[in-house]
Amino acid sequence: MTFTRRIPVMAAIVFGGMFISSQAAAEASRSAVLASTCFACHGTDGKSPGSIPSIAGYPAEIMEMQLRTFRDGTRASTVMDRHARGYTDEEIRMISAYLSKLN
Amino acid sequence: MTQFTRRKFIQLVGAGSATAALSACSTSPSVHTGRYGRKVVIIGGGPGGATAAKYLKRFGHDIDVTLIEPKATYHTCFGSNWVLGGLAQMSDIAQTYGALQDRYGIRVIADTATGIDTTNNTVTLASGETVSFEKLVVSPGISMRWDSAEGYSAEVAETRMPHAWQAGPQTKLLRRQLEAMPNGGTFIIVAPGNPFRCPPGPYERASMAAHYFKRFKPRSKVLILDNKEAFSKQGLFMAGWKELYGDMIEWVPSSEGGQVERVDAQKMTVYSDGGFNEFKGDVINFIPRQQAGAIARYTGLTNDTGWCPVNQQTFASSTHEHVYVIGDASIAGAMPKSGHSANTQGKLVAAAIVRALDGDDPVAPSLTNTCYSLLAPDYGITVAAVYRFSDGSIKGVQGAGGVSPADASREFRTQEANYARGWYAAITSDSWG
Repeated sequence: MTFTRRIPVMAAIVFGGMFISSQAAAEASRSAVLASTCFACHGTDGKSPGSIPSIAGYPAEIMEMQLRTFRDGTRASTVMDRHARGYTDEEIRMISAYLSKLN
Repeated sequence: MTQFTRRKFIQLVGAGSATAALSACSTSPSVHTGRYGRKVVIIGGGPGGATAAKYLKRFGHDIDVTLIEPKATYHTCFGSNWVLGGLAQMSDIAQTYGALQDRYGIRVIADTATGIDTTNNTVTLASGETVSFEKLVVSPGISMRWDSAEGYSAEVAETRMPHAWQAGPQTKLLRRQLEAMPNGGTFIIVAPGNPFRCPPGPYERASMAAHYFKRFKPRSKVLILDNKEAFSKQGLFMAGWKELYGDMIEWVPSSEGGQVERVDAQKMTVYSDGGFNEFKGDVINFIPRQQAGAIARYTGLTNDTGWCPVNQQTFASSTHEHVYVIGDASIAGAMPKSGHSANTQGKLVAAAIVRALDGDDPVAPSLTNTCYSLLAPDYGITVAAVYRFSDGSIKGVQGAGGVSPADASREFRTQEANYARGWYAAITSDSWG
């Protein structure tokens, strides 16, 4: 994984004018795919159009704590405990970091 | 329509620069492939196809995306039970393609795809036009098996016994029939065996009908004749029915006469166990067995199950190169055939295609599903799951997912009912908005 991720970055330095393409490639990342699964209920880019809370732009450490406490059951929820149990610590970190950059 | 294919572009720019680009590609394919106006075509504008189109644009800005969908307005099957129960209008479940066109620059062709040529990588439309692609996503939804029972046909569905399992005119027909039904009447739902679109759907439908009857026709009955022995969220549904509707809803499993084998549309009667049991209904909602949408079957994307086998890591078709199948039509391991599954698969296939075009390895799949069902306007339940790819198929993550707690408070059920509406708003805007 490290290898494939570094290639576009190096290429962007070499072929500076084509930076947009490598940015696009970076967006189909594991983090983007993981976080995009949240958007079905929480809205595209975490901005909810309805009664389910928005999740865009939370500081990463707060989102991480919320997901961890959903997962271990110390924070009450309807369905988020059932979802949070599907993710590892590393995945929760990736999702939280991604969501924190959305605003 | 101009067919601006990659091959033509190479001819236009001349052999010299094409060679230069190709040699540079050998060190970093991701930088260069974008310049050719890479064409991805999507057949089907339901939640799978619409989401794939939108996320192809989000994950890869330089991709030329064309969506082929004959309907200018798409009514979601999810939410259509709420229309039957009088909780929503048809306009509340109507989706259009304006945002995909205007906000994301997706070309939408209002036509029906009639053929796929995998030698020349083109899709043929009913108009006779062809559209070329580098990658093709097929998201055709379901088609009905008209041979599900003796006496059943498309004509029966359009007149006497609507399936209402694709939203639109069928939903309106069934709603009109329920409105016309006398107090004290019997509404029969014939539920299919697995697999089929929206596993909790028939039972949410029974709930919505009971909600309507309780208010306006309280002596009426809902009878579910089931071609299986168990169903999604069964414990929650049955407990909720008793609490909300007493004995109004009756469920008959296949082993106790629920396996309908024959229908008589004139007599509004259905038969099981070789004619041993007969059930007469005032309104009959026969939900037939299903298979992948027509285009998938005509083009050899299906296997003998009637559904489309795919590489479950990328949703690439097992039969056709450069073709991907998502949504209800695909065989997606442990995932149910649901609008939510189609949405999450649309994102994954978008990422898989962007990465394939860039020469990158596929990303590890992460897929989810949440099915909300309303038993009453203030009573909702869910089943949820998180999925991963391992050992060649999509599997639910152990210890995650599951159904709403059996012992939850009414406050909890009301919260899930509110979230059901929030889910509808979010998933439709995430797919079409």
